Amino acid sequence: MLTNMSRSATATRTIRIFIIGTIIDIARALTIISLAAAAQAAPYVPMEDAIVLERLAVRPGDPVARDLRRLRAELARDPRNLEVALRLAERYFELAGAEGDPRYIGYAQAALKPWWDLPDAPIGARVMRAIVKQYSHDFSGALRDLDAATREDPKNALAWSWRAAIHMVQADYAAARADCEALRGIETELGAVACTAYVDGTTGKAAAAHRALEAALARDAAVSSAAKVWVLTRLAEMSLRQGDAKQAEEHFRVALGQGVRDQFLLAAWSDFLLDQGRPAEAGALLRDWVRSDVLLLRLALAETALNVPEAKEHVQALRARFDAAALRGDKLHLQEEARFNLYLLGQKEKALALAQENWKSQREPRDARILLEAALATSDPSAAKEALDWLERSRHEDPRLRRTAEKLRAFKR
Amino acid sequence: MRILLALLLALAAPPAFAHKPSDSYLAVRVEGASVSGQWDIALRDLDFAIGLDDNGDGDVTWGEVKAHHTDIAAYALARLKLRSGGTDCSARATEFLVEDHSDGAYSVMRFAAGCPTEITTLEIGYSLFADLDPQHKGLLRLEQRAATRTAIFSPERATQSFELAKISALTQFFDYGREGVWHIWIGFDHILFLLSLLLPAVLAFDGARWRPVARFPPAFWDVFKIVTSFTVAHSITLSIAALGVISLPSRLVESGIAISVVLAALNNVFPVVHERRWLVAFVFGLIHGFGFASVLRDLGLPQGALLVALVGFNLGVEIGQLAIVSAFLPAAYWLRASWFYQRLVFVAGSLAIAAIAAIWLVERAYNLKIISA
Repeated sequence: MLTNMSRSATATRTIRIFIIGTIIDIARALTIISLAAAAQAAPYVPMEDAIVLERLAVRPGDPVARDLRRLRAELARDPRNLEVALRLAERYFELAGAEGDPRYIGYAQAALKPWWDLPDAPIGARVMRAIVKQYSHDFSGALRDLDAATREDPKNALAWSWRAAIHMVQADYAAARADCEALRGIETELGAVACTAYVDGTTGKAAAAHRALEAALARDAAVSSAAKVWVLTRLAEMSLRQGDAKQAEEHFRVALGQGVRDQFLLAAWSDFLLDQGRPAEAGALLRDWVRSDVLLLRLALAETALNVPEAKEHVQALRARFDAAALRGDKLHLQEEARFNLYLLGQKEKALALAQENWKSQREPRDARILLEAALATSDPSAAKEALDWLERSRHEDPRLRRTAEKLRAFKR
Repeated sequence: MRILLALLLALAAPPAFAHKPSDSYLAVRVEGASVSGQWDIALRDLDFAIGLDDNGDGDVTWGEVKAHHTDIAAYALARLKLRSGGTDCSARATEFLVEDHSDGAYSVMRFAAGCPTEITTLEIGYSLFADLDPQHKGLLRLEQRAATRTAIFSPERATQSFELAKISALTQFFDYGREGVWHIWIGFDHILFLLSLLLPAVLAFDGARWRPVARFPPAFWDVFKIVTSFTVAHSITLSIAALGVISLPSRLVESGIAISVVLAALNNVFPVVHERRWLVAFVFGLIHGFGFASVLRDLGLPQGALLVALVGFNLGVEIGQLAIVSAFLPAAYWLRASWFYQRLVFVAGSLAIAAIAAIWLVERAYNLKIISA
């Protein structure tokens, strides 16, 4: 009797605890759901008229904007005026580089409309058309136009240098070197040397390329700051390939001192800092660059290494941007996306697939690097076969890539 | 040096882009012969096309965007062709908002279009910014009740046709029923209102304090009366609002709902009404009905099957509500005498509900975002 009573009391207590527990669970679930629902963005009506919704890259009153307006108006009056169209397209390319906004490439394309589908368009139009095409990774289409342009006008330096650039992305070094040769005499000395040094610096002759480029830079008194930043960034890369981090840092510092806002420099410099195990400096440098996908990736990597709370928010933002790109069917940021998946999401398989896909169209050292690292992370050396072959064939020196490759080869045996 | 600059551009090319290219987000919902939609267009693109920065300071403010809403609607809708059965369905803008996407602020334009007959194939022609930026894309999400499709518009694929499924009245009935259940589940204001009224059902006020009821039947009948009168009341207003007899501004309705939750919750701690809570449920239920109606309106009402949708939605709401009540009542009855229920759930819970609802009230009345910041 007594045992029965105490048993039923225990049962009652157990059930009561269960019910209370369940209610607490439900309450917790409700809180989570309501917070999640609240966090989801929804269209809204801003509270005040004065609230700034968007900052424009180019103010209507800026000289650049005035110039663009004038050219646009001129072209609107006479859409078949090639000279005006080319000038306008060129201005847009410059803006695309400076602001990092691909919209300007589209605007340039619009200016070239009358010549866009013309099989034998004038040379100027073909070169500009090639530049637009290579931006959307239509490399073969771009090369077709550039081949025709250089055939017809062998002194067209712009066409030769874009050809070299595309051949570098495709890892066709013999072709790139020939393009650089063609630039001799029709380009400034520094320009021609930089072209060849860029090829040599990638293909196992970093020391010689570094010497040549540094000397050419010293000889050129008229070099612009933007070009100087570009040359110094290349010099830093070449130093790194020789394993000289100290010299690389010196080049970077001189480049940073030029007062040019250059995303490519910032990306290279922050990659250097991350590789050197100095995420705090990278984080401080990039704090105000969240709008740039490329730099946001570096910022999130630095913050994750530092284990600071902002990391989570920035990873979310990156995810949203990659999702948006996927929605429009873009495959222009595969290398970045692979890096994002590998180091920030820990999605190794997906990272490897993206790196492989990326390698099909882009074969620069950094494309090889992510492919090698993703293959190593998934312990799948055969997946990186093409990058390993590239490393041998190109004789690329970067010690970091070589070490990763060694580890992959060790797997194989 | 110009060429070196070209090299510089070339070698730094696509990965160094800071922004994503220009896209717009077009959501289209088809319901019988009518189309409703939402179109998110980047302010940066609109500024390039029609100019938004009137004072030329490089900042686009809400005031400047507002001043251009008519221009935006005229410009955008002229570049969106909706056709059904060979006839154009002309669209008009109904509402303008703002949305922050991952790459900046977008103007959100809601629109409505009517086609002469029920839409079986919808043809969409999209030419926004085609002349200004051939790389612009329109990302379409096409919804028809349960099914959602996506498509990408570009100058190469500017016109696309979409076959729409025929939907039976029964499917429609169940679809709306499900929406009703879903809405009561995610509509925390309705749940909290109901809970505030139900919490005292297992207690009785003796003039000084709440004491647990002795038997189950009185508690059950109390709940029954409250739920029934809430249901009757919101069914009445839901119907008259959905049929378009009366229409109240949503700010008023949403604020009214928040007030009802505050009052119902506070009534538990400082009792004013205890016997006739069903009357409270009825009066405030009328306001909640308007809230349900606005959800139903957002879902889009099928012109041909208005009644089916209305009844389905309402029944869904009742089923969702019944599920909550049947989970609540046994648990509350079981726990009614415990300290946990009387102090924590009843008093602290009511105060918490009142506090949340008070925040909602401020948010809704003044159009602020506090909890959801």
